[in-house]
Amino acid sequence: MIPAPFAYARPTTVDEALQAIAEGGEDVKILAGGQSLIPVMRLRLAAPETVVDLSKVSELRGVREDGDSLVIGAMTTHADVVRDPLIQQYAPLIAEATETVADRQVRHRGTFGGALAHADPAGDLPAVALALDAEFVIAGQNGRRTVPAADFFVDYLTTALEEGELLVEIRVPKLTGQWGMRYEKFNRVAQAWSIVAVAAAVRREDGHIAEARIGLTNMGPTPLRARATEAALAGAAATPEAIAEAARSAAEGTSPSSDLNAQADYREHLVQVLTRRAVSAAAGL
Amino acid sequence: MTSINVRVDGMSYSDDVEPRTLLVHYLRETLGKVGTVVGCDTSNCGACTVHLDGESVKSCTVFAVQADGCEVTTIEGVSSSDGTDGALHPVQKAFHEMHGLQCGFCTPGMIMASIDLLKENPSPSETEIREGIEGNLCRCTGYQNIVRAVQQAAGEMSGSPAGADTLGAQA
Ligand SMILES: Cc1cc2nc3c(=O)[nH]c(=O)nc-3n(C[C@H](O)[C@H](O)[C@H](O)COP(=O)(O)OP(=O)(O)OC[C@H]3O[C@@H](n4cnc5c(N)ncnc54)[C@H](O)[C@@H]3O)c2cc1C
Ligand code: FES
Ligand code: FES
Repeated sequence: MIPAPFAYARPTTVDEALQAIAEGGEDVKILAGGQSLIPVMRLRLAAPETVVDLSKVSELRGVREDGDSLVIGAMTTHADVVRDPLIQQYAPLIAEATETVADRQVRHRGTFGGALAHADPAGDLPAVALALDAEFVIAGQNGRRTVPAADFFVDYLTTALEEGELLVEIRVPKLTGQWGMRYEKFNRVAQAWSIVAVAAAVRREDGHIAEARIGLTNMGPTPLRARATEAALAGAAATPEAIAEAARSAAEGTSPSSDLNAQADYREHLVQVLTRRAVSAAAGL
Repeated sequence: MTSINVRVDGMSYSDDVEPRTLLVHYLRETLGKVGTVVGCDTSNCGACTVHLDGESVKSCTVFAVQADGCEVTTIEGVSSSDGTDGALHPVQKAFHEMHGLQCGFCTPGMIMASIDLLKENPSPSETEIREGIEGNLCRCTGYQNIVRAVQQAAGEMSGSPAGADTLGAQA
C-alpha cells in the first residue's frame, strides 16, 4: 500500500531538525532508517502530518570515543555498527546482536537510534543497551538531557522521548577488565525477530564471576534485566553447575506475553535456557 | 511535490515526486523500470531489492525523496554496468544456468541481494549464502538451486568456475 500524504522536511543539522519538528503541526514523525516507520505508514497504521527525515543530518552518524565512553550517533546504521572497530573493541555485544537484526537490506538502512527509539519488545538492541548501562542523549527545544537506559524504556513502544524531542546519541561505558559477552537469540528461520533473546556481559576474576549484567529481549513490554540471576552470579564460581543454578531464576520479575510465536510459559522456559547459554559463553565456558 | 535528482542504471533523472512515493513505485511507474517488482506489503520479501549508493535496500521501504542525490542500480542495470555491454552479469548467468528460479518473481531481488553479498564476501560458504540472502523469500524453489547459482557465480567471479555438474543443479 501507499502511505497517506504528508509534508516532508529534510534538515541538515540537529537544530534545523528540532525546528522542523516544532513547526510540523500536531502529528510529526521523525524518519531515521524508515525500516519500522515506513512499513507502518504503508499499512496506514501511522499517517503523520509531517515527516522529518534525519538522513542528511551527518552529525548524527558515526561512532567516537569520549573518555570512558563510546558514543554512538543515533543515525549510525546497523551495517556500520557491525563493522565499526571501536564497537568491536569496547562493546562487541552490540555488534553481535546487531548482526542478528533483520537482513542485509534492512541493516543497510535501519539505525541504532531508530531501533532504540522504536522500543519494540522483540527488538534486539534495547536489551543490549540496558545490559551495558547505556545512556541516551536527548535534544529538545530547551537543550539536551541524558537519560539512563533503565529510565529510557517506559512501556510497550514507549520511551522517555517527549514530543518535540530527538535522540541524538547513545553513550556506552567502555568495559574494562576481563569481560566476555554473548547475545543468545531464539527466532524462527523466516522471521528474524526474537521470540526471546538474552544479552550477557560477564566479568571474571580469579576463576570466579565477579559481575554479570543480563538484558532480556521480549520478556515483557520493555527490555528487562535478569536481576535475580545477576545477584546469584556475583561472586559465584565460574562453573557450568553454578551458572545453570543461577539461570533458573532468569524469568523472575518478567511478564512475557503470549502470541502467535510462543506462549508466556514457553518464553519463561526459553529465557532460562538462553540465559544459561549466554552466561556460559560470556564466562568463557 | 519535492524535486529529486537521481542516477538510475547510469542515467540521470530529475523529477518532481510526492514525498510519499516509494522508491519502487518511482522506478516502476515514473521511469518504467518494471524489472523491480513488489512482492509484499510488509518489507519482508526482498523482491524489490535494488542498490542505493552500492548497498542493497528494499526499494519498497525507502521513499523516492530519500534517493535524492544518490545512485540507484536495478536489475535492469547490472548487465551493462560491468562493462560487457549486453552480456549477462555473472550472477544472472548463474541463475539461468543453475536453474535458480521457477516462477521468477523473486529473481530480480535475489540477484540484486546476491551481487551485494558477493561484493562483501567473494567466496561465501553455503551457510553464509543462506544468511546473506535471508531478506529474500522464494515461494517456489526451496532455495537449493538459488544457493548453487550463487556458488557458481562466486566461482566464476573469482576466476575458478565450478561447473553445473559439480554443483549439481536440479532441473
Ligand atoms: C523485515 C524486517 C525485519 C526486522 N527484524 C528485526 C530484528 O530481528 N530485530 C530488530 O531489533 N529489529 C528488526 N527490524 C527493525 C529494524 O531494526 C529497524 O531498523 C528499527 O526498528 C528501526 O530503525 P530505523 O532507523 O529504521 O527507524 P525508523 O523506522 O525510521 O523509526 C522508528 C521509530 O523511531 C522514531 N525515531 C527514529 N529515530 C529517532 C530519533 N533519532 N529520535 C527520536 N525518534 C526517533 C521514529 O519516529 C519512529 O517512530 C526489522 C525490520 C524489518 C523491516
Ligand atoms: S516488496 Fe519490498 S520487501 Fe516485499
Ligand atoms: S521462483 Fe517463484 S518465488 Fe522464487
